[in-house]
Amino acid sequence: MLVREITNFSSYWRSTTFSSTVEPTIYLLAFGFGFGALVSQVAGYDYVDFVGTGTVATAVLFASVFPSMFGTFVKYSFQHTYDAILAAPVDTEEIVTGEALWISIRAGTYGCVPLLVAICFGLDPRIDMLLVPAIAFVSGFGWAAFGIMIAGLLKSIDNFNYVTSTVITPTFLTAGTFFPLSELPEWAQVLGNFNPLYHTVELVRHAAFGWEPAADLLHLGALVLFGLVLWRLAIRALQRKLIT
Amino acid sequence: MPALAISLRGVVKRFGAIVAVDGLDLDVPEGTCVGLLGPNGAGKSTTMKMLTAQVIADSGEIEVLGRRLPGESKIARAEMGVVPQLDNLDTSLSVEQNLRVFTHLYRIGRAERAAAIERALRIARLSDRRTAKVDELSGGMRRRLLIARALVHRPRLLLLDEPTVGLDPQVRQELWALIDALRSEGTSILMSTHYIEEAQRLADSVTIMSAGAAVATGPPAQLVVERAGREVVEVYGPPARLVEVEQAMTCAGVRTRRTGTSVALIGVEGHDGDLPDGVRRAANLEDVFVLLTGEEVR
Repeated sequence: MLVREITNFSSYWRSTTFSSTVEPTIYLLAFGFGFGALVSQVAGYDYVDFVGTGTVATAVLFASVFPSMFGTFVKYSFQHTYDAILAAPVDTEEIVTGEALWISIRAGTYGCVPLLVAICFGLDPRIDMLLVPAIAFVSGFGWAAFGIMIAGLLKSIDNFNYVTSTVITPTFLTAGTFFPLSELPEWAQVLGNFNPLYHTVELVRHAAFGWEPAADLLHLGALVLFGLVLWRLAIRALQRKLIT
Repeated sequence: MPALAISLRGVVKRFGAIVAVDGLDLDVPEGTCVGLLGPNGAGKSTTMKMLTAQVIADSGEIEVLGRRLPGESKIARAEMGVVPQLDNLDTSLSVEQNLRVFTHLYRIGRAERAAAIERALRIARLSDRRTAKVDELSGGMRRRLLIARALVHRPRLLLLDEPTVGLDPQVRQELWALIDALRSEGTSILMSTHYIEEAQRLADSVTIMSAGAAVATGPPAQLVVERAGREVVEVYGPPARLVEVEQAMTCAGVRTRRTGTSVALIGVEGHDGDLPDGVRRAANLEDVFVLLTGEEVR
């Protein structure tokens, strides 16, 4: 499955790379320098650095959930790619795993772009930042699996708009990317702990500004759990779609 | 009796209230080509998908290459090739890249991959188009590439689901030659089709399906003799005349069928004195098909 994805990537890498890196970078520049002119520091960090590290999670989300949602649906409904693959000795679990792994590898790579941009604009580089691609990969795997699950559950590509509006947009706005969760009401802070993107933001920030071992183990555990649960749910959803 | 590449016993598949396959029995002896013939909606494609475990039977037993399905489907699929009805090639990839991807999916070892691709390209006569993108290929070439893809791992069994549907007659004959060569080499083939001529030319044995069940099975020539006799008389004339002929022949115990512009009188041996004037011809599989399924042939 990975070979198939990598071979196909040669035909569309330009557009995917463009959309996956430019959009979060625009968020970073717009919020970092727009709000940054009004708010110099947040939670003890320069606002540009705060947003620069937070936008990594946005890049991971965009680079994983949209390609997996739309890509899976198109391959199933329009290109009949999975029919061809399932005629070979490959099962749904391998399809989902291959798709999610490849998308999360890409998310791990694209996720670093905002960080590099932030470094260009003054974020101090730190050796621990080398772990950011791994954090982005783990988070991207869960979001890729989420996208595959949605593609497996929904009957029409138009229904993806509901998911974008009710899940993805709130998730990305309440992950602590642009403002700290501590500014939200207490109930929203509690809910924030169930947002995998929040754990991604925290881990990336701690890689950039300094670890908090106990909290970071919990953040990592939450991301791993998110990935494992969504991986199994994605397999189940796609299995129901592909095997009748 | 030769070993069976495919064996179905009492297979039933329902989609809600619709019974798509209704107690189907089907054998494909190793090294033979069996044609699955039936009108649209007869259950052919569902049957094909059950053989790759993309559709799971509600009841009955399915064995493919000695493996019980759906449990051992993955092992069986390693030795099967499938040519689907719908073109599902990766259109942005080249001919060779499409085949290379499937050498990986079929787990062909690194050392044998290049030779496997060359062989498949040669069989499908696509060696000189190896670098062409699928988008640039004609319909016939794309069909040949689908067959090459299904053959890249030297399967023992080939499933062809309507392999020539939508192709012009010249391309269809090219593909028939290719399928015939595979059969001659000993590859077991199950081919679903609703083209009578295709089944008659290529299949050692034909199973005619109607409403999800097998209504007749046997070598095409034997089926024709058993079900439609040796001779048919085709009577031409204005519609009113054709109605008269139909009524008279039915009363005389002769089976008839409409063929659009004529009435075909089937199994006319022994009725010479009662017959109206018409064109005599040998009975064929189309006569059997229409008699058994009640459907006109495309």
